[in-house]
Amino acid sequence: MSIFDIIGPIMVGPSSSHTAGAVKIGYLSRKLMGEKIHLAKIYLHGSFLTTGKGHGTDRALVAGLLGMKPDDIRIPQSFALAEKEGMAVEFGGIDLREAHPNSVKLILTGVSGRELEILASSLGGGRIRINQIDGLDASFSGDYPTLVVHNLDQPGYVTEVTSMLSHKSINIATMQLYRDHRGGEAIMVLECDEEISPDFISWLKERKGIRKVIYLSLEESS
Amino acid sequence: MSFKALQEIVDKAKESGKAFWEIILEDEINESQISREKVLEKMEKLFLAMKDADDNYNGHLKSPSKLVGGDGERISEARKNQTMICGDFMAQVMEKAIKMGESNACMKRIVAAPTAGSCGVIPAVLLTYQNENKIAEMKMIEALFITGGIGQVIAHRASIAGATGGCQAEIGSASAMAAGAMVYLAGGDEEAIVHGAALALKSLLGLACDPVAGLVEVPCVKRNVIGAFNALASADMALAGIRSQIPPDEVIDAMRSIGDAMPSSLKETGEGGLARTPRGMRIEEELKK
Repeated sequence: MSIFDIIGPIMVGPSSSHTAGAVKIGYLSRKLMGEKIHLAKIYLHGSFLTTGKGHGTDRALVAGLLGMKPDDIRIPQSFALAEKEGMAVEFGGIDLREAHPNSVKLILTGVSGRELEILASSLGGGRIRINQIDGLDASFSGDYPTLVVHNLDQPGYVTEVTSMLSHKSINIATMQLYRDHRGGEAIMVLECDEEISPDFISWLKERKGIRKVIYLSLEESS
Repeated sequence: MSFKALQEIVDKAKESGKAFWEIILEDEINESQISREKVLEKMEKLFLAMKDADDNYNGHLKSPSKLVGGDGERISEARKNQTMICGDFMAQVMEKAIKMGESNACMKRIVAAPTAGSCGVIPAVLLTYQNENKIAEMKMIEALFITGGIGQVIAHRASIAGATGGCQAEIGSASAMAAGAMVYLAGGDEEAIVHGAALALKSLLGLACDPVAGLVEVPCVKRNVIGAFNALASADMALAGIRSQIPPDEVIDAMRSIGDAMPSSLKETGEGGLARTPRGMRIEEELKK
C-alpha cells in the first residue's frame, strides 16, 4: 500500500466507487476500443442502477468513454460533450448473474464500425476490474499494459504470443486463459510490465486463427 | 508500507532522531522506488488540489439529488455577521469542512482524504491553521505525510472504508489523521502526535455509516465538521499533555472489532439508521421517480 492510496486520489466527487471508478471503467473501455466511440449502450447493474443517478455514475461512465480521467472537471457536463462529439448514448438496467454490486455492461460501437462488449465492476476506492470482453471471461485491473487476444482454441497460439513477447524483452506480470468450449473461441489476457509496440499488435492481428486483438496501453495518446 | 503500528513509527523516529513525517516519506520512497523529489512533488500536488477545491466552492450548486448545496455559504454569512458562538477560527474550520463536503456531493474536484465522503476534515483544519498562522507550504506538506502515515496504519489494522467499518472508519480515520497533523504543526513530539490521533479516533468509535438513499450527502457533509472539530480538540488535549489511557494501536484495533460487530445495515448500505427514518425513506422513494 502506498501513502497515496490513503491521501488521494484527486477526483471529481461524490464517490470513489460510484463516480471515480465509473470514469475509470469508461476510460479503459475507450482505450480498449482504440478509436472514438460512435454509440455506447450502457447497462447498469445492482447499486450502480439503484444509486447511480445520485452518484453521477451515468455521467461518469460517459465522461470516461469520451476519454476523460477521474479528476476531469468536465465530468458533470459529459452528456452535453457526448452530443457535441457525436457519441450517442443509451442507458438501461440489467440483472447480471453473480456480478459485483457495482457493475456495468457496455456495448460499444466505434466510428469505424468496430464493436466491443465489456463487463466491468468498480471495487471501491476507485479500483476497478474488467470481468468480460466480448462475452468471454477476462480479469484485469487496467493498472498494467494489457494484451487481450481472441483466437481459435487450438495448440500453439499461447507459445506464439509469449515467445514473441519474450523476443521483444517484454515481461509478463500475469496471464490468464479462458475458452467457451473445447476447440471453440479462446481468449488470453496478458498483463505486462512494459508497453507493447504497435508493430507487434499489427503483426499479431494478421496471424491466421487470431480473431481479434485488443491492447490497453497506459501511454497518454492511443 | 512497512509499518504495522503507530508505535513502530514513534520508535523509529526516536531511534533515528528523524521527524515523524520524514520516517513516513522515507518509507514511501523505499516502498514505491520513486525518488524523494517525485514523492514530495506528488504530495505537493495533493495539497494544492485541496486548496484549489476550497477556493473553487460554488454556493449555487446543488447535488444531483438536491439534498445538499449552499450551506457553506450560510456559514460564510454567519461568520461575516459575527453571529457564530464558537469563535472565528472554529467558524472558518466549519465553513471549509462543509464547503468541501458539498463540493464533493456536487461533483466538483476534491482530494479523497482518506475517502471522498470524508474529504473535508483534513483540509478544513490544515488550511485554516495555515491561513491563521502563515505556515510555509513545505511544513503543510510534511503535515500531510503525517496524515498519510496514520491513515496507512489504520487501513492496515482496521479499515478506511465505510462499507467495511462504518463511518468511524471514514470520518473517524480522517479525524485521527488530522489530529496527528495538527499536533505536529503546533509543535508536539511524535508521542503527542499518535496520542492526538488516538484521542480523536476514540471519540468517534461506533459511528455508523447510514447515508440517506445511499448517497454521500446526508449526514456525510456535516459529519466532516464534527471530524474537524474533534481533531482540533484532540490535538489540543494531546498538546496539553493528555495521553490516551488505551495505547493508540489498541484504539485502532478497537475500531476494527466494533466495525466487525456492526450489522451490515449500518455499513454504507442505506438500510439502517438515518436512511431508514420515515423521512429518509421518503427521500429515497422520491429520488427513484
